[in-house]
Amino acid sequence: MLSRRKMFIIVTAFAAAHCGILFAGFFAPYTPATQHREYAYAAPTKLHFVDVAGHVHIRPFVYPSVPVEGDGFQYREDPTSTYPIRLFSRNSDGTHLLSVDAPAHLFLFGTDGYGRDIFSRVLFGGRVSLLAASVATVLSLLIGVVLGGVAGQFGGLSDTLVMRGSELILALPWIYLLLALRASLPLHVDPTKTLILLSVVVGAMGWARPARLIRGVVLSARERPFVAAARGFGASEWYLLRCHVLPQTLGIITTQAVVLIPQFIAAEATLSFLGLGIGEPIPSWGNMLSAFQQFQTVSSYWWMAAPLVALVTVSTTYFVLADALHQAGARINSGRSYA
Amino acid sequence: MRKLALLIFAAIVGGAAYASSAPAPERIQKGEELQISSADVGQYGGTLVVGQRAEPKTLNPVTATDGPAREVIGRMMADLVHINRVTQQTEPALASSWKLSKDGRSFTVKLRRGLRFSDGRPFSADDVVFSFRVYLDEKVLSPNRDLLTIGGKPIVAVKIDDHTVRFDMSRPYAAAERIFDSVAILPEHVLLKTYEQGSFNQALTLNAAPEAVVGLGPFRLKQYVPGQRLVLERNPYYWKADRNGNRLPYLDEITFLFVGNEDAQILRFQSGETSVISRFSPENYSSMAREQQSRGYDLVDLGPSLEYNFLFFNLNELPPNKFSQISQEQVWFRDLKFREAVSLAIDRQSIVKLAYGGRGAAIWGNVTPGNKLWINRELRHPERSIPQAKELLMSAGFSWGQDGKLVDAKKKPVEFTIITSSSNTQRLKMATIIADDLAQLGMNVHVVPLEFRAVVDRVFQSNDYEACVLGLGGGDADPNGDMNVWMSNGSTHIWNMHESKPATPWEAKLDELLNQQLVTMDYKKRKRIYDEVQAIIASNLPFIFLASPDVLVGATKQVANFRPASLEPYALWNADELYFRQQGVTAAK
Repeated sequence: MLSRRKMFIIVTAFAAAHCGILFAGFFAPYTPATQHREYAYAAPTKLHFVDVAGHVHIRPFVYPSVPVEGDGFQYREDPTSTYPIRLFSRNSDGTHLLSVDAPAHLFLFGTDGYGRDIFSRVLFGGRVSLLAASVATVLSLLIGVVLGGVAGQFGGLSDTLVMRGSELILALPWIYLLLALRASLPLHVDPTKTLILLSVVVGAMGWARPARLIRGVVLSARERPFVAAARGFGASEWYLLRCHVLPQTLGIITTQAVVLIPQFIAAEATLSFLGLGIGEPIPSWGNMLSAFQQFQTVSSYWWMAAPLVALVTVSTTYFVLADALHQAGARINSGRSYA
Repeated sequence: MRKLALLIFAAIVGGAAYASSAPAPERIQKGEELQISSADVGQYGGTLVVGQRAEPKTLNPVTATDGPAREVIGRMMADLVHINRVTQQTEPALASSWKLSKDGRSFTVKLRRGLRFSDGRPFSADDVVFSFRVYLDEKVLSPNRDLLTIGGKPIVAVKIDDHTVRFDMSRPYAAAERIFDSVAILPEHVLLKTYEQGSFNQALTLNAAPEAVVGLGPFRLKQYVPGQRLVLERNPYYWKADRNGNRLPYLDEITFLFVGNEDAQILRFQSGETSVISRFSPENYSSMAREQQSRGYDLVDLGPSLEYNFLFFNLNELPPNKFSQISQEQVWFRDLKFREAVSLAIDRQSIVKLAYGGRGAAIWGNVTPGNKLWINRELRHPERSIPQAKELLMSAGFSWGQDGKLVDAKKKPVEFTIITSSSNTQRLKMATIIADDLAQLGMNVHVVPLEFRAVVDRVFQSNDYEACVLGLGGGDADPNGDMNVWMSNGSTHIWNMHESKPATPWEAKLDELLNQQLVTMDYKKRKRIYDEVQAIIASNLPFIFLASPDVLVGATKQVANFRPASLEPYALWNADELYFRQQGVTAAK
């Protein structure tokens, strides 16, 4: 059981992450595709409070960075001038929470191989990952509720079909299925379509587990005394399912949703990592991580792991939330059974 | 106790190392016409370990096409005349001298006397005649056969006496004696029977017994362990010696370790497990260079290679109704102004910087700065200019919509896809940078990384693509190496495959010039012709040239006489002269 404080931290992190992703345009200092080619693989920009002369600034500032002559992608700070962080500044692509004036740059998480700001890309990439995961979750739960409900309520042939079907889906190596599916599509699919496709495919493959769980709950709920009473008054099976049985599954649906979203985020990341998801230059956490397939990136440019951190953090908050919801549900249920 | 155990262990390991040592070089016999190497005099011993990304597919020098196989076979075989990889000029090898007849149609080649194959049997003119018979046999399917076929007729080798061979050609050949480079001389006494039985292609596989792989190179096969390594040992009868009369090679053995990929190759080199590395990507250079001193190796940047990377559009005659989308877009691609605008909009300096970490050169033609003998230095290098590119597009009937998107005369938005190999991160970066550059012209360009075979299939077979980023070159510096790309009937004429006749007047002109240079013997005249070829290519832009990567190699400080070159094989071309500075400080076995 989580303490109140821990719960608060988790909920705050959850809200902050989603807020940042939802309002990426506002929180991100740059657009995700802007290339600062002269600053490829720049390390995260350092925020300073004390300048070289020893003066303390209340407002944090940055030094502009200049490339170091010679090998590779190395930069040093030029301490001759300071550039304070600006809040709520407006430019051609809208209002940004944080920004600095040119020639300085604000790369909070550093830049990638094209000089694109990773912080901005993590936020915008989160949109793709979260949106695809949410749509997939809704879809798989919808299918799961319908199939699981029917299987549990009516039993017989429908039950057999649904259960064997779900076993088949669970046994399939879905990644190969997706590879085959992608290969059959035309070369270029535009990003919106890819997103829809990704969600639909992931969702359509993910209904089996929720369906089995819901069937279980339906099986026990349909035998409850009040359901039996309603049946005694002549209610049809469909009516029972809709008005008495399915509402019982609400708890499990919520918990499942919270568990499925991070799973599907990971699924999207896997597909994009393999180059089957959203293509460049639109960021998603998976395609950002695909740069991590190279040893040299891992060893020299550690900040490229930012999407991984985001992925783990967001997934963790979801799992903790799922745990809390599950426990809350158990408490309510146990309270009910005593009532 | 522990010390004692260590001592015993060291003794066992040392003993094993000693036991596995290679045969000592044979005493030099009277009348043996050895070649004297000009390299520094070294000392015998040691095993050079090299990491290879893939296993060689064969040990057959006649049919090998893959890089790893050529690298291994090149150490075991020798040719008549050899191109010095550093000077890019020819020098005598198995032939001590050669003479071209006045009409330029026949070569008389004098062979070195008293040479022996790696099994100790003598070498003579019969072996040379046999080798050319095999290379030119259509059933053997040698990739060299095309090069040895001049004016549609294969070259003919005639034995004059035991140490003289005459080569007759149907017409003069400009690349002259370069034709003999990398044509391995085979042992007739070993291979004649297999060849006559028609099973030459099955001979010299990786599973062949070491004794069956006989050559005239500095090393011979000792052991092959599938999936792990291939070991070569000294050929004790090798035909080169140093200034002090020591028979080469100095190294006892060369071990090729199969490490799988570039990352593993680099890690093994950095840990000192391998002594030489080449063909690594420029991106890795800077991180490796930082540890040069602490880890005791030297990296060398040899400047631009012969490889040229380029963007090209699908200009094939497509079957009607099959790819209607692409056919419509070909109206743009065929317009020279469109291609010029694309070329003007591409930021080549950024490509060199981002894709190659600055270790490469921007290029505007098919000959890279690495090819010092043949590059046309007069070629224009137009500066990147978006306004000029826009003007060109406007004059070609394009315009911009409200949203800044480029549309053609029929108001169709300009949108296309660039395919490229997903395993080549540099080319993927080029394509992504190009897409971003062209967005500044209002074009909507997508990049689709595909598996390499899928790219090759689309470009060469199905022609189902709009644009593609690829790379070519890397072999010989001579213009003839690229004939198959630029001749309208060439097998690598990739922007428009299967042309029955030149599709455009400038392609007809190219054919004419290329055929002319093929028979022009004077270098200056030939260079003038090839300069014109380069100029025609650069102004008609069948390829939009992007960049050429530098040749990067490295070796541990113990390896002496290490003289890497910008021609393949970059590092091991003079393996016979390499030696370890301090005995006993060889790399791990």
